[in-house]
Amino acid sequence: MAKTNPHVDVVMIGLGWTSSIMGMELTDEGLSVLALERGPDQDTVPDFAYPKMADELTYGVRYQLMQRPAKSTLTVRHGIQDLAVPYRSLGSFLPGNGVGGAGTHWNGHTWRPQPNELRLKSYVEENFGADIIPDEMTIQDYGVTYDELEPHFDRFEKVAGISGKAGNLNGEIQEGGNPFEGWRSDDYPLPPMKRTLNDTLFRDMAASEGLHPFPLPAANASQAYTNPYGMQLAPCNYCGFCERYGCLNYSKSSPQTCVLGALKQRKNFAYRANCEVMKVNLASDGKTATGVTYIDENGDEVIQPADLVIMGAYSLHNVHLLLLSGIGKPYDPISGEGVVGKNYAYQMNGGATLYFKDKHFNPFIGAGANGETLNDFGVEQIDFGQEGFIGGSYFNAAMTNGQPIRNMPLPKGAPSWGAEWKQAVQETYGHTMTIGSHGSNMAYRDCYLDLDPNYTDDHGRPLMRMTFNWKDNDVRMTQFMKQKIDALSKALGPDDYKLSFKDFDSQYDVRPYQTTHNVGGAIMGSDPKSSVLNRYLQTWDVHNVFVMGASAFPQNLQYNPTGMVGGLTYWAAKAIREQYLPNPGPLVQA
Amino acid sequence: MSAKLDNASRRGFIKGSLMMIPAVTVGSGVSLTAKADEPPANLADYQPTYFTDDEWRFVMAACDRLIPSDGDGPGALETNVPIFIDKQMEGKFGHAADWYMKPPFHPDVSPLFGYQSPLTPREVYRKGIEATQEYCQAQHGKSFAALDHDLQTQVLTQLEKGDITFDDVSATQFFAFLLQNTKEGYFADPIHGGNKHMASWKFIGFPGARASYLAWVDQRDKAYPLGPVSLTGERG
Ligand SMILES: Cc1cc2nc3c(=O)[nH]c(=O)nc-3n(C[C@H](O)[C@H](O)[C@H](O)COP(=O)(O)OP(=O)(O)OC[C@H]3O[C@@H](n4cnc5c(N)ncnc54)[C@H](O)[C@@H]3O)c2cc1C
Ligand code: SF4
Repeated sequence: MAKTNPHVDVVMIGLGWTSSIMGMELTDEGLSVLALERGPDQDTVPDFAYPKMADELTYGVRYQLMQRPAKSTLTVRHGIQDLAVPYRSLGSFLPGNGVGGAGTHWNGHTWRPQPNELRLKSYVEENFGADIIPDEMTIQDYGVTYDELEPHFDRFEKVAGISGKAGNLNGEIQEGGNPFEGWRSDDYPLPPMKRTLNDTLFRDMAASEGLHPFPLPAANASQAYTNPYGMQLAPCNYCGFCERYGCLNYSKSSPQTCVLGALKQRKNFAYRANCEVMKVNLASDGKTATGVTYIDENGDEVIQPADLVIMGAYSLHNVHLLLLSGIGKPYDPISGEGVVGKNYAYQMNGGATLYFKDKHFNPFIGAGANGETLNDFGVEQIDFGQEGFIGGSYFNAAMTNGQPIRNMPLPKGAPSWGAEWKQAVQETYGHTMTIGSHGSNMAYRDCYLDLDPNYTDDHGRPLMRMTFNWKDNDVRMTQFMKQKIDALSKALGPDDYKLSFKDFDSQYDVRPYQTTHNVGGAIMGSDPKSSVLNRYLQTWDVHNVFVMGASAFPQNLQYNPTGMVGGLTYWAAKAIREQYLPNPGPLVQA
Repeated sequence: MSAKLDNASRRGFIKGSLMMIPAVTVGSGVSLTAKADEPPANLADYQPTYFTDDEWRFVMAACDRLIPSDGDGPGALETNVPIFIDKQMEGKFGHAADWYMKPPFHPDVSPLFGYQSPLTPREVYRKGIEATQEYCQAQHGKSFAALDHDLQTQVLTQLEKGDITFDDVSATQFFAFLLQNTKEGYFADPIHGGNKHMASWKFIGFPGARASYLAWVDQRDKAYPLGPVSLTGERG
């Protein structure tokens, strides 16, 4: 029989970025807050200490810090008629596992959305007409505006100690920043990172082409910094073991370095590692949650009563838990009814690899978010009517690492083994740079998440099933970017270069890493018929369950998600503190 | 709403961290990582743990074709790549310990869906080597290791392209593991058994586990001057 724990005010599922932030905000209110994290406890010391992090095989290739498919995975198929098969070994995306979540081993590219991305459907209709939206495309507005979120983006950037250069301060365009960004009330808390050779080459070329290059906003500290919680970051040493690794230097912004050190001091906060939540428990009327059931580190089932449940389990796991707990109506792609699982989206990326025989890039000198970018082809910059697609992208010339097992770009036509391979490796290593396109991905009627009918996990729960494929609109977008990047690559004058972009016959491939930017499935909006969450990330159906993370995105942004995820978390926290706690109930009337 | 909690899993002390690199073991109890104070093994003297003698001859010969010693730079044999692969067979990778390995299996779906075989990588090696040896005997009257280099290259190319097919294991999957693990053993830190004396890193100019470059970031377009260091403590 399941054991029942003493009641807490708030239980949080997972302990990554979102729960860490929520933990600070809700303990500020004097509430008792308990976080349940399925993975191990981990911190800079001893887990990420030098030298053991500098081990590409263990962390970069064998994914020591990530979710183990043996314990947690989903099934994947391309279309609603297909059989879904399990994502048996990791590839395309790498969800986190353990205290700090994916925020431990992310890169740290930290963006805000462009204002109109948050009201994409309205923006398209107003400017280009509703008829340019393809029938199968199910884009929506977020139900919250950029202006409302601005103070919360600012807060997240200050807590995370982001290094960058403002491009739009209160409406005034700033030299050297992104002129296409939304207004910001303040500059980034730290100046941009140092410039590597790829940065300066790309910057100078882009400027001479009349474009607007600027340094990538980085969650890697360019200088020593103390954040509003009193947490300290040390200057990044460009160690070249950033993405997929915990930071060995207290320099990467992570839940550990920026929040948890302060949160763990609070007497009204506690966390338990190796405790996996099975489901959210509902009261008999189904309208409120009574807490959660989890499996503790000994494998025993435990009931945790709580007044408020915060889901911060990462977008995919949030949706899985909603489906398993019976919160919200599951989405049906045939009728278009139901909401949970609807509008799963991903990221449409492509890129060029450029080879310069005589240049030394020293690729091993790199940081997760070390790069030069431009946003001239962003969502708000493109005439969708004229170009025939909805979406946009930012370009980046980034130098994150030179780890040789995974980072060995070879010229066109080089063999993959034998004496000539070895020769190509020697000639090429250290002499290449890349230009990437990081683009939006729209939502479609038949791209969604539900429970799989065939496969289960160790606890006998159905795995979640992902139905997803690339669509022509997004391929047209990336093909547009390909033309631009082809021209920019030529302008850099490399000895050789190759392009890699999705084409009209491309199907979703789970094998190569793409991004861990899985979004949607528990989307926010202004109507319970078309969204799972209201504008405060509160579930429409069960008022004491709030769902954090990129599962709330109705379609994907052109950017990496975490700047938006962080901002939304502070926004939701404010609503909980100021509106929900004094008067628990739905914050928006359906 | 005010109950106070004691933090059940807060760390009360900081564990020692220097060179605490855990030896990954699965079942066998074999240590997969080298000890910092021991010199790397001599390939000729190495007794494989997983592979049989016959399999070992195959692995040695195949690695030698995949990354030969010819031309500049070390080959797979000088860098102990076969030792790395043998150790991997005993670890989580060989056992697919982290992978979802529950049925039903649909190995015939598009390769875009990733690994879909019920076999663990070490089983793929076992069956793949056996089938390749049988093929070599039937076609060429000799084991793989006894073929001349050109024929060995030809057989490996046939495996890679799927021009040879086997009944109970995918030839292309077998080749893919072999090539992947060979490159891993060549470029991974010597602590995992390959990349002897960091020879591959010296060859390409990768400084290994240095992980500290603040003073070098904006010295653009200059070759980095220092040799590599390893998790074993070795300096190059
Ligand atoms: C390799 C990599 C690179 C990335 N780079 C970038 C980048 O450059 N820029 C960017 O914006 N974003 C990046 N991301 C994404 C970023 O890490 C996420 O957006 C962010 O961490 C999400 O925060 P979260 O709190 O929603 O989830 P997470 O940080 O993933 O935390 C969720 C936690 O919940 C736990 N959990 C899950 N299910 C349960 C359960 N049932 N019970 C208990 N606990 C559970 C998980 O173990 C995990 O620790 C990257 C991600 C990866 C993996
Ligand atoms: S590159 Fe910088 S921020 Fe990233 S892990 Fe290394 S020291 Fe930390």
